[in-house]
Amino acid sequence: MRLGLVIDLDVCVGCHACAVACKQWNTSGTTAPLTDYQPYGAEPSGVWFNRIRHYEVGEYPNSKTINFPMSCMHCEDAACVTVCPTGASYKRAEDGIVLVDQDKCMGCNLCSWACPYGARELDRESGTMKKCTLCIDRIYDQNLPIEDRQPVCVMVCPAHARMFGDLDDPDSAVSLTVREREGYQLMPELGYKPTNQYLPPRKAKPIPTENMGKPGFKERLKSLANKIVKR
Amino acid sequence: MHPAFSVIFFTVSSGAGFGLFALLYLADVLKLGGGLSGEQVAATGAMALCFIIAGLLSSVAHLANPKNAWRAFSRFRTSWLSREGVFSVAFFPFAFGYLVLSWFAAPSLEVARLAVGGAATLLAWITIFSTGMIYASLKTIRQWNTPLVPANYLAMGHASGALMLLAVAAWAGLALLPFASIAASFLILGALLKAIYYFWIAEPGASASIQTATGFTRAQVKLLDTGHTHGTFLTEEFGFQVARRYALALKVFVFVAGFILPLVMLGSVAGQPSLLLGSLITGLALLGLVAERWLFFAEARHVVNLYHGSQRC
Ligand code: SF4
Ligand code: SF4
Ligand code: SF4
Repeated sequence: MRLGLVIDLDVCVGCHACAVACKQWNTSGTTAPLTDYQPYGAEPSGVWFNRIRHYEVGEYPNSKTINFPMSCMHCEDAACVTVCPTGASYKRAEDGIVLVDQDKCMGCNLCSWACPYGARELDRESGTMKKCTLCIDRIYDQNLPIEDRQPVCVMVCPAHARMFGDLDDPDSAVSLTVREREGYQLMPELGYKPTNQYLPPRKAKPIPTENMGKPGFKERLKSLANKIVKR
Repeated sequence: MHPAFSVIFFTVSSGAGFGLFALLYLADVLKLGGGLSGEQVAATGAMALCFIIAGLLSSVAHLANPKNAWRAFSRFRTSWLSREGVFSVAFFPFAFGYLVLSWFAAPSLEVARLAVGGAATLLAWITIFSTGMIYASLKTIRQWNTPLVPANYLAMGHASGALMLLAVAAWAGLALLPFASIAASFLILGALLKAIYYFWIAEPGASASIQTATGFTRAQVKLLDTGHTHGTFLTEEFGFQVARRYALALKVFVFVAGFILPLVMLGSVAGQPSLLLGSLITGLALLGLVAERWLFFAEARHVVNLYHGSQRC
């Protein structure tokens, strides 16, 4: 099994709901807390597992805004695990989830240096490294109804831009979507083989808004009514 | 990368200590310049150990959770940081054995003395190499992911160690020519490697870009918003950037203080043995080395900066 996320860049609206939900769930989860520094101060900062950035692709006016959520990619070739001297960082053989054992980590930061995707953040308060757990404390929780056994970021997304599943199974819903939509990996040239996949924006023709032709009968009636009714 | 002083001090100090120890052993075996006495070998070796221990303590101080530092010996098979820890600790019993046997200078134990000294020297070399490999093994930082890095760590450790050994030889009243030649060779080697390195990292080559980082390879990509109000761990750790003019000035300082002045002053030490002058050159070179190490971190650009708007790293 190779569990991971599929992120649809076509529909992500950049609302940060997944990041906030992730913070909320995980600050009392297995690697809790996600410490905040100066939460109400002048320089608010803290540990997050999921961050959303915003880019402009192409040159104005032929450009598009892309909202870009990023969390741990649960890489197949995870150098963050290889470089860890204490064995705190590990990759589970059964489902490929990469975790940090908070009882073993010595806070040397080396794993965060080895991660290309900025998925690891040191908690200054506990002195240990923290990262996305793929909500391991939800997806295997037998007490939750089956439809809730999903990462909280996936459940909360109002645009359904996030999917969770087994990317090893070629017939799983996520694998099908990745094939159909030509999903891709980030920075493949570094060779980490990230599990998470990104779906590119669909190619849609722009809807014309100028030179729409003569207004029809309905439009003329409407504009007449608009003239009569004083606003 | 954020240039953390504890790590800069660690690499410079322990590098110099290991370099000094290795060269001390070689000078002792070959009886360079007439040979140091047993006591002198022991005292110099103890000095090398002090530099190494100070460095290692500083590296532990860099940890956010030092109470788990002992666990760092457990991933010897995969992690260069773990290997460095294991080798540096394995070095100590051999080094102590060598110093104690040198101090008591029992002729019947001479073979044992040279054997443990040889083992310690080998471990010293492997440890410096491992330190370099911690950085060189990171694919995420182009400026570090090159064989020049461990080569540079070895050359710089030996150059500073050789200068210290020269000061010791001046104090012990030995013939200084061999010591000065060794120091000069390592200084020239270090300067050459550093020059190649600076030349090498100036040109990005085929490296990751904001396009490959985001996957939008057919168009220009520009950051609109990082999504956070203040800094994050990522900006603190990886966001550091040094101005080009400032970096250039520091590079000049590295070459002048670290290589050129020590080389020029070497000649006068060889002609007129003086512990003071020897120590002065060593101090100057170490200062140059600290600047070199600072730049090593400050100029390294982690690929995560691509997600924060850098076009190339
Ligand atoms: S995204 Fe980073 S932290 Fe996650 S598995 Fe890959 S290298 Fe490790
Ligand atoms: S910070 Fe912790 S998890 Fe990361 S490499 Fe160091 S010991 Fe391992
Ligand atoms: S899978 Fe869970 S831990 Fe990972 S980003 Fe989503 S909510 Fe956060």
